[in-house]
Amino acid sequence: MNPYLPHTPDDVRAMLAKIGASSVEDLFSDIPPAVRARHRPLGLPARDELAVGRYLADLARRSTGQELIPFLGGGLYDHYIPPVVGHILSRSEFFTAYTPYQAELSQGTLTWMFEYQTMICELTGMEVANASMYDGATALAEAVLMAARATGEKIVLVPRSLPPPVREVLATYAWGAGLALHEVPYGPDGRLSLGTIPEGACALVVPQPNAFGILEDLSGLKERLGKAFLVAYANPIVLAVVEPPGALGADVVVGEGQVLGNPLSFGGPLLGFFATRTEHLRRMPGRVSGETRDAEGKVGYVMTFQTREQHIRREAATSNICTNSALCALAATVYLAALGPGGLRRVALLAYERAHALAERIARIPGYALAFPGPFFHEFAVRCPDPAGAVARLRRAGIAVLPPEFLHPLGVRDAFLVAVTEKRTEEELDRFVSALEGR
Amino acid sequence: MSTIYDRGAPGRKAVALPSLSTSEEELLSRIPAPLRRRAPLRLPEVSQPELVRHYTELSRMNYGVDTGFYPLGSCTMKYNPKLHEDLARLPGFTGLHPLLPPEECQGALAVLWELGELLKGITGMPGVTLQPAAGAHGELTGMLLLKRWLEDRGEAGRTKILLPDSAHGTNPASAAMVGFSVVSLPSDRRGMVDLGALKRALGPDVAGIMLTVPNTLGIFEEDILEITDLVHGAGGLCYFDGANLNAYLGRARPGDMGADIFHINLHKTFSTPHGGGGPGAGPVTVSETLLPYLPVPGIVRRGDRFDLDWDRPKTIGRVHPYHGNFLVSVRALAYILLLGDEGMRAVSAGAVLAANYLKALLQDVYRLPYDRLVKHEFVLTGAGLGEGIRTFDIAKRLMDYGFHPPTIYFPLIVPEALMIEPTETEPKEVLDAFAEALRAIAREARENPGLLKEAPHGTPVRRLDEARAVREPKLRIRFEEKP
Repeated sequence: MNPYLPHTPDDVRAMLAKIGASSVEDLFSDIPPAVRARHRPLGLPARDELAVGRYLADLARRSTGQELIPFLGGGLYDHYIPPVVGHILSRSEFFTAYTPYQAELSQGTLTWMFEYQTMICELTGMEVANASMYDGATALAEAVLMAARATGEKIVLVPRSLPPPVREVLATYAWGAGLALHEVPYGPDGRLSLGTIPEGACALVVPQPNAFGILEDLSGLKERLGKAFLVAYANPIVLAVVEPPGALGADVVVGEGQVLGNPLSFGGPLLGFFATRTEHLRRMPGRVSGETRDAEGKVGYVMTFQTREQHIRREAATSNICTNSALCALAATVYLAALGPGGLRRVALLAYERAHALAERIARIPGYALAFPGPFFHEFAVRCPDPAGAVARLRRAGIAVLPPEFLHPLGVRDAFLVAVTEKRTEEELDRFVSALEGR
Repeated sequence: MSTIYDRGAPGRKAVALPSLSTSEEELLSRIPAPLRRRAPLRLPEVSQPELVRHYTELSRMNYGVDTGFYPLGSCTMKYNPKLHEDLARLPGFTGLHPLLPPEECQGALAVLWELGELLKGITGMPGVTLQPAAGAHGELTGMLLLKRWLEDRGEAGRTKILLPDSAHGTNPASAAMVGFSVVSLPSDRRGMVDLGALKRALGPDVAGIMLTVPNTLGIFEEDILEITDLVHGAGGLCYFDGANLNAYLGRARPGDMGADIFHINLHKTFSTPHGGGGPGAGPVTVSETLLPYLPVPGIVRRGDRFDLDWDRPKTIGRVHPYHGNFLVSVRALAYILLLGDEGMRAVSAGAVLAANYLKALLQDVYRLPYDRLVKHEFVLTGAGLGEGIRTFDIAKRLMDYGFHPPTIYFPLIVPEALMIEPTETEPKEVLDAFAEALRAIAREARENPGLLKEAPHGTPVRRLDEARAVREPKLRIRFEEKP
């Protein structure tokens, strides 16, 4: 009997008697015999907890990447996660619950969702936010699908400077929905270079910052787009000090919320956030918590505007999304509440300060230069004659940066990316510079 | 109900962060003026003890599997083993960046490869992707695979997806997202796909069928081999929604039933926690036909090394920016390794035994519209219990007895549905107590219906007004209204 199964032989006998069956096997007689006969076991013995624990702990140790000092970005970043976040997340009343279908037993979940929606609206400068999507990339894809539904148009303007993994997911969704991606180039400064807006555009996607770490200027873009949506793909930590896209006319702001209190986790689970204007509420995908009153007039929260969703609207729903990334959104909520406006600003500025300090030192090394002159935040591309050689030198010094191949789809073959967060120390920056200097 | 914004005071903080070397003002002034934030940023300002008390208080107003019985139909709310939580929090898993080269991520790739192989074996299908982040995401991936296959064969004219009327709402929504139109198939008196209706619906415009096995009534499609033969014979493919895999884990394989695409909810069958609505994971396994179209990158083993395989010229592309919900995969792998073959057979045995037992305890009091042997769940109706009593009232009253209600008003083909899935992890005593509560509620419905209409009575809030939330939408705190 495995440790999660409580039925003793006596229980089984009593239960079968009540059912009127003579054996458990009888309960599977409705599966066609031909199907049952074809079944093949895996040849997998049961293991004890100690053995399973040892086996996975060994695998966890086997990835050498975890021992390196990470100057890694490309869309996911190594920020400090205050221990209080993990402790609150491990309350099993939160993590062993499901979607809050029954509001009266789910006020904990529904209340933090309401808080989360408020915080995401504040960060993005928007009016409504949903309770999470799987990740930034699928949130962006859903934003573009929403723009296509709202405008009835099928051309999506996508900058070349969108992080490649995000762009690839968007391309898959767009193909599925019959939309066409038109590439928008970047200029010599690394920023978006938007030409004429083609007829039939449903959306322009603008990363903030872009895949080179460079800050885009969103002002005036919405006026040029007309009815086409301005969709921002933003880093929420950067938004602590950079004007939110919502204040600059964006119709939808989405992004990757991993940076808000969630570990890198080899890329999942992540947190897609999604915020828009009230006028688009009924087109928005995903779950929403709303305030109401109970029978005695007390304030409480429910999942609301469910008529947009698949379980009511079926094929006419705004999306098929059901399970999302709730626990990662709780992490973001606790993280933002723990830091507050001052703490979040501090984290953003620490990353900014240290990234700029490192960039200046690298640019002084002969043969090394910043790839683009545009204003960057906490990630930058370093141009040098032999990027692979430079990355290998860093690796020998115990430092990880993204492989230079990450930038190849962006048309850059002579550079590598460096990301800096508040976790990187002065000593680690020194080590980085020394490694490139060959000392 | 107070929010975190009701606590704290300006200047309070819950974390001690490093200092800046330069002043904030100086750093901000270096950000070009048009890019600098001018908008207010209203986040809570609380001390650490206030923060912890607030969220602890919220947690006490929640109900999870660790709190009690959670028989939410089609959601498989089984117990989530604690060992797996510890393993998923190992720094070697949580701290790893997914864009590092494969040679730096051998342990993580080994986890994914091994889980993929096991899922292929469990489902009897030769291809797998672990990218989908949830069941509905797996459905979407399946529909994209189907679309690519049709395009590759020059059969883009096949645009219809057949869908039993008992299907979960994500199925039609997923089909619609890739431009398929949905044709509903009626269920017959047995609660199964009506073979005659299926034959009439099949034709040169049909791309495929989406089936849930066992279906949402908990009934195994006894004609499953005929159904998949008919669809294949008409040139379509068969998608199986794997939400109900717990019903036959370790005993039967969708690959042996004619499935071409199968999605697995790791958060259901493989015991990973539901997280308050996610993250889950929705890996997809496929038949030989669809191998060339799987998402990139695949995860392959070359000798004793693991690597990423980008060489799939016909791929649908990526559906996830990295490798799906890796930490969910870690937990699922631990579960399968601990159980082994025999343990998995015991899971489906326990789940089906519990469902049929609970059904037997209740069917003399609650009407059972489709009275058959069921698998892991069954559907009762709350109709006819008493004047003006609805299933909604029964669900709310169950809370007063300390139970989470079942899924209600689904499947749509049963009026006033109560969809009950006990899972294998509940002791007989809990099943008995739950049945006794539902029987007591049936008595109350006749003798004191007000108790039901006004329920719940003992929860942190009383019955909430859902209509008001739509009529007067308030979806965030509006700071201008604060006193």
